[in-house]
Formats: sequence, C-alpha cells, structure tokens
Amino acid sequence: MSDPAAATADRPVATAAPLHRRVLAQAGFETRAVLRNGEQLLLTLVLPVLLLVVLTRTELVRLDTADRVGLVAPGALALAVLSTAFTSQAIATGFDRRSGVLRLLSTTPLGPGGLLVGKALAILAVEVIQVVVLGSVAGWLGWRPTGIPAALLLLALGTAAFTSLALLVAGTLRAEAVLAAANLVWVLLLIGGGVLLPVDLLPDGLAAVVRLLPSGALGEGLRTALTGEGLAWGPVLVLGAWTVVLGAAARRFFRWH
Amino acid sequence: MPATPATAVVVSGLVKRYHHRAAVDGLDMVAPAGAVTALLGPNGAGKTTAVECCEGLRRPDSGTVAVLGMDPVADARALRPRVGVMLQDGGLPGPVPAGAVLRHVAAMYARPRDVAALSERLGLHTFARTQVRRLSGGERQRLALAAAVVGRPDVAFLDEPSAGLDPQSRLVVWDLIRSLRDEGTAIVLTTHQMNEAEALADQVVVVDEGRVIAAGTIPALVGSDGTVRVAVRRTDGATAPPAPDDVLAARLAAALEGAVHGAVQGAVQVAAVSAGVLQVRAAADPALLHAITGWAAEQGVLVDVAPGRRTLEDVFLDLTGRHLR
Repeated sequence: MSDPAAATADRPVATAAPLHRRVLAQAGFETRAVLRNGEQLLLTLVLPVLLLVVLTRTELVRLDTADRVGLVAPGALALAVLSTAFTSQAIATGFDRRSGVLRLLSTTPLGPGGLLVGKALAILAVEVIQVVVLGSVAGWLGWRPTGIPAALLLLALGTAAFTSLALLVAGTLRAEAVLAAANLVWVLLLIGGGVLLPVDLLPDGLAAVVRLLPSGALGEGLRTALTGEGLAWGPVLVLGAWTVVLGAAARRFFRWH
Repeated sequence: MPATPATAVVVSGLVKRYHHRAAVDGLDMVAPAGAVTALLGPNGAGKTTAVECCEGLRRPDSGTVAVLGMDPVADARALRPRVGVMLQDGGLPGPVPAGAVLRHVAAMYARPRDVAALSERLGLHTFARTQVRRLSGGERQRLALAAAVVGRPDVAFLDEPSAGLDPQSRLVVWDLIRSLRDEGTAIVLTTHQMNEAEALADQVVVVDEGRVIAAGTIPALVGSDGTVRVAVRRTDGATAPPAPDDVLAARLAAALEGAVHGAVQGAVQVAAVSAGVLQVRAAADPALLHAITGWAAEQGVLVDVAPGRRTLEDVFLDLTGRHLR
C-alpha cells in the first residue's frame, strides 16, 4: 500500500491563496452583491436618506428641539446599521444558506472562518458608504456633529449585536421566513424601536423596554454622543450584553444545511 | 492508471444518523488516485450524506473517513485547497453573474486553473454575464463543475455532476472528468444514471439503505460472456440468504464439477460477487444451466440464472430491487 499523502507526489500540491486575499475577495464579493441589488440599496441607502431629509425638513413628527437635524441624523445612522448589519445580512445569508453557497464556500480554502470575516468586512464597507452618504446629506442640512469617537464605538457595538441577530435568524429559519422576519423586524423597530426617533416619544412603559433593546440602545446612545453629551454607558452595556447573548446563540444554533 | 494506485479516500464503517434514522449505516469505500469512483444507488440511499462526510460538511456519528490521509473535519484547513466540491444543490449565488462566481472561487487558490480556458472548455463563456438564477439547469451544472475543479484539486467530490444536462453538455462534462482523472485526480461522483457509471467509472460502489451492497470494476459487476450469474433465494421469501455466500459457492462448485462437460477437479470456479449472488466462471451451455438448477432443487433454494454479460442496470435492479422508494 502506498502512502496516501504521496498520492500525487508527481505534481505540485494545490495551495490556498494568502489569507488576506481570500478574505478581501469575499468582502468585495459580498459588498458588490449588496450594491448590485436594488432592494438592498433601497433598504440600506435610499430609505435612510429619505427619512433623514423628510424628518429634518418637515414637521411631520414633533420634536422638542430647535436643532432637528441634530436629533434625526444620529437616528438615520442607527437605522443604517439596522438595515445593513441585520435586515440585509439576514436575508443574504438566509438565501445563501438555502442555495448551498455557504456550504460550497466553506469547502474552498476560504473556510467558514474566512467566510465570517469576509461578511463582517463587507458589512463595514457598506456602513462606511452609508456614513459618508448620510453624513454628507446631513451636513448639507446643517448638521454639525460632535462626539464622533464615542459614536464610532456605538456603531461598532451595534453592528456586532445586529450581525449576531442576523446570523441567528438566517441560520435557524427557512429562507422565506428569514425574508419575512427580517423585513418585519426592520419596520417594527423603525416605528417603535427607538432607532430613528428618540425613545421619549414612545409611551412610558414601552420606552423603558425599548431602551433595553439593541435598537433603542443604539439610537439613544448615538443621539447622546453626537449631540455632545458624551458616551452614555447604559447603551454600551446593553449593546455589549446583546452581542454576547446573540453571538453565543448564533454560534450554538446556526445550521449550515 | 498505475498498477497499484494510491488511495485518495478511505471510508470505513461510516455511520451518520438524522433524527435516529441512519442515512449512512456502516459504509466502507476506497477511492484510488487517478481513477473515477462512482457511488451508484437509488434516491435516499445515503450517497450524498456519505460524500458530505468526506467533504467535512458533516461529522460522522461513527466510523472513519480519511481523505489524502487526513481527517476531513480535524484537518479541514490543510485539505480545503486540495479538495474540490460540487454540491448537489449547486451552491451558487443566484444574483451574481456566472463569470464572477467562477473568478471568485478561483481567487481562493494560489495557483488556480486559467479561468478563461476552463470557461471556454465547459462552454461557460457564452453566459458569463448572466446571473446564476437565470441559467438553465445544465448551465448551472457546468458552472458548478468548473468551480469544483478550478483549484486543481487532488480529490474532486462531484454530487450528481450530470443531473439535468443535455447530451452535448454531458459529453463535455464527461470529457473533462476523464482528463482530470488522467492528470491523477481522484474523482468520487454520485449518480443514479447507469450509463454515466458505465461510461466514466473505473470502479462502482453500489449503495443502498446506507450500506455498500456491491463494489468493483464494471466488468466484475456485469460479468462477461464466460460467466454465469446465479442469484440464490430462499423459498419462503425471507431476505436472509440460505447459507453464507462462501458456503454456497463451495457447494455449487462441488456440484458442478461432476456435471460440466470435460471439467477436471478444481476447474469450475465459483465466487460470491455480492450478497446471495454467485458467479460461475464457465461458458453457459445447456448442461451447465441444467446442473445449476439441479443443484438448486437439491438444496431446496430458488435461483435466478443469468448467463453471459448483463447490463449494469440489470445488476443494479437485482441488487436494489424493483420497487419504488
């Protein structure tokens, strides 16, 4: 019996591309997939920009402030994170799981780890585009933000929490159910989740609960930070706790098949 | 193919259960390098599960799998660059153009095949800009095959590579598989198409209900003109064979020695080729067939006697039964 490892000794053994090339290729692949998809663009860019402009320029919603854009722009950024890290990612992963894309890529040198890192980088890339676009539009509307480092920390934590939730949903439900759930959660959190508008506008009982949701924590944290009131530790703790719980659940329950 | 080919894949005693039902139930298989090994079996026989265990996509409940001498799960990192995979459900992203998918998979390897040449060979260049979800079944299959081999794998696992292909595409796909084999790649494919197994496979592993029920080269399975197949059954319809196969073979050989014209002692070779199926190495003539049925009467068993070469389909149906499942 010959040595199995030497089975093909007469030809060079195939090797993987360097790790950074594999991961960057995956990140680019997924980023292009979002930018190519009309529905995803609507969700991640068009709607947040539209809501930013409409809520700043109209009195559709009563805000007890002279600086409307100062309150709306952080909410639009929180909505952008919800759209990209949760809804868009859950739908993409849910359908990739059903069509076997996740399994196929996990058998290539990319592997499951590279796939995950590639996804994370793609989410960050889309978020950079969102922040640039929303920041520019808000700047044009007169936004002068402060407390940007604190906001970046909250954006990162919010992204981690919502990505974990996206993977949990995408890895446990059927693709159609993921599509329905991801869109429904987006709408519900937009209306009553403290994302776009201050939690204070909600009824008292609900407001207390919403502050403990990742959506409310992200929205309130960003509004506090970007209006120059510093980093609120409540939202940081809430987002950190959700990330730990949802991340562990996704790790435990995610099914590739 | 070298005389003693190196083994690329060794599966022994593989068991995989889903919800306490065994999809693979003690499967043994060896796939040599530079050869096409076909896993042949009806739907639900456990072929895909067995292959997925080899790909590291599923963990065996018991038994072992070695691919290039390594464990598909524990040594996944070392194996991934050397193993190509074509999944039964494709694994291709719907909204992405076909050409972009292949280039993306190629980017994972240090020294991939030339994407343009591979596309040309499999006829992918005509739909490179078309989204995967708009491709026909055959176009998708060819793209999935290209993705499986673009990294120059030492072992390629192809789950139903010609499902949904038109005859022209099938020839192109078979041609590529043959040339991979000639380059030394070990190819393990699943199929339930007999003609595919006959056209491509150096060896066939017939799987049913999660186990191997026959294995060997095509000539060994279908027999030749100088052989007679004797399938032995009990009269009471029970599925268990009336005696162990080697015992049956020895009894039949002894009985035939006296009966076959001109046979000297030891000249009639009888071997068990699968459970309850014996092969007599002798040209069929009326006297031999008479002797075989006489032996059956003496033993109190029923026999199906098939002289000469049969089709793989006959063999397959004999082995797996003719009822729908």
